Amino acid sequence: MLEIDDLWVNIDDKEVLKGVNLQVPVGETHILFGKNGTGKSSLLMTIMGFARYQVKQGRISFLGQDITHLPTYERARLGLGLSFQRPPTIRGVKTADVLRVCSRGAIAPEVLAALYDFTPFLDREVNYGFSGGELKRSELLQLLAQNPKMVLLDEPESGVDLENLQVVGKIIAHLLQKQRRRQHREKSGLIITHTGFIMDYVDADRAYILAEGRIWCHGNPRELLHDIKNFGYEECAKCRR
Amino acid sequence: MSEIKQRAEQSRQKRAAFGTDLNLEEFSRQGGAWEYDPDYRQFSPEERSRLLTAGIELTDVDHAGTFLQADKTIVHCQTRQPGVEVLPITEAVRRHDWVRNLLWGLVAVDADKYTARAELELDNGYFIRALPGAKIAQPVESCLYLRTDRFAQHVHNLVVVEEGASLHIITGCATHPGVRSGLHIGVSEFYVKKGGELTFTMIHNWGEDVHVRPRTAVLVEEGGRYISNYILLRPVKTVQMYPTVTLNGAGAVARLQSILIAHPGCELDVGGRVILKAPHTRAEVIARTLATGGVSIARGHLVGMAPDIKAHLECRGLILGTGMVHAIPELEGRVAGVDMSHEAAVGKIAAEEVEYLMARGLDEDEAVSTIVRGFLHVKIEGLPAALEEEMESAIQETNRGL
Repeated sequence: MLEIDDLWVNIDDKEVLKGVNLQVPVGETHILFGKNGTGKSSLLMTIMGFARYQVKQGRISFLGQDITHLPTYERARLGLGLSFQRPPTIRGVKTADVLRVCSRGAIAPEVLAALYDFTPFLDREVNYGFSGGELKRSELLQLLAQNPKMVLLDEPESGVDLENLQVVGKIIAHLLQKQRRRQHREKSGLIITHTGFIMDYVDADRAYILAEGRIWCHGNPRELLHDIKNFGYEECAKCRR
Repeated sequence: MSEIKQRAEQSRQKRAAFGTDLNLEEFSRQGGAWEYDPDYRQFSPEERSRLLTAGIELTDVDHAGTFLQADKTIVHCQTRQPGVEVLPITEAVRRHDWVRNLLWGLVAVDADKYTARAELELDNGYFIRALPGAKIAQPVESCLYLRTDRFAQHVHNLVVVEEGASLHIITGCATHPGVRSGLHIGVSEFYVKKGGELTFTMIHNWGEDVHVRPRTAVLVEEGGRYISNYILLRPVKTVQMYPTVTLNGAGAVARLQSILIAHPGCELDVGGRVILKAPHTRAEVIARTLATGGVSIARGHLVGMAPDIKAHLECRGLILGTGMVHAIPELEGRVAGVDMSHEAAVGKIAAEEVEYLMARGLDEDEAVSTIVRGFLHVKIEGLPAALEEEMESAIQETNRGL
């Protein structure tokens, strides 16, 4: 579904990605691990096409189409959806308005919100005064409304309490069609996580460790998380050498 | 000569505290000889659509009363519901002895040359009164209309909301589609008696070279409530106003909100002042300004004179392309136990907000429109649907200008 070939990206004059390669096939969920500042969020922002992230070299293709230089909204309309780690507040714009934008008439915000106990937030300004858990739930509701083919999640569990984590986990599992048998899943995901908590709710197929703007290694998500927990990222770097 | 006339005479040339100083001799005092029009038959479709963009529907239906003054002439004046009285101010002075005592009770006749002119060369103005206990569900529609180019219109308006009454006035101020320049001087004095409630919505749609000098003061008694909405979306040359609300009785409440677009060549100097004189009074002043090439000075002043008052001032400015927004919030606490705050922010549309919406599938223009619409959004009950469309069209045009 998503293929990234030798991707080099700058923010201003600083190189943040230095030759990233990865593929996420249809129906699979992949995990991105890595220390802070190694380029994980930059990778998701670049896939989404935000202006700050200048592709210097390489190619991003989605559903067989080269999207490397496509505007963000066209990528969204093709089926890419992003849950932001720290979404901005937009004063005066109501959450219901954004949900309406996301669904393009496919589902009424009221119906969606009722399903996920989010009705009181519909009239509130987007992300204004939301708690950590509310922010993540709002982001995921927007993705549910958008119904993307590929879901990009930037630290979906950060700032979320244990109770909300369950809700968040279940929504993500639903977004990624985890209730279906593997061969029948049509949705893919790429998830950044530090804690791995989210992996209790979604069976991930593959994981990568990103370091210094490169994919350092890849493997089974549980095994990689175990190694990171027990030996740290430094050992991972040694293993690579 | 009365004392008021004397003070007015002495202030004929007195400059206003704020705003561009105007030479009043440059304007004409020859208004058109318009006739009284009970059915609004003399208005062309073009004029009708122009007035509609100022919230004026030119119908008596769904209105508790209507008042329309073109230049100097009262063209239409109707009361349709019991409990409400709508008259030209000159007629109200003749009919009620006490009206004269209320005129210049809140605004100083010698404040500046504009107040002086309104006294010395009065054209007319409206008198609107809600009788004691009357809950007037439908709005009263009033319109002050400049129909002759270069005309200077001088009006004096008086609103009295008696004890326990409630009233919504929608005032549309506009120019004829053929009028480019002119001057509107409008003195307005509103009295909200004990437990009364007044919602005053003013929509301006003037010509590009029109100067506007409203002079408004409001007195709210115990438990009374005053809500003001001011909307200016279209080009005008200059507007300078600084309405003052005095909360004079315990528990009185004021909320002033204004939505302004400063187009290229516009100079808007618009403020809102609330004096909280009694305990447990509350006030909120909210200003949203979009500068698309013009200048907007957004003033706000809260004066806390009694303990246990609560007041907040919010001024947000958005600059699209060029323009200037100058926010001047002032908080003045004069006793212990006041709780006053302000929030002022001036900036451009944040790229991350635009990209956030683009990630949801909106193109850049749609994303900017959504943000601007949100910025200018204000919920006002009873406005004609056409005004919502007018706001949408102003936003679209604003985007095209970027």
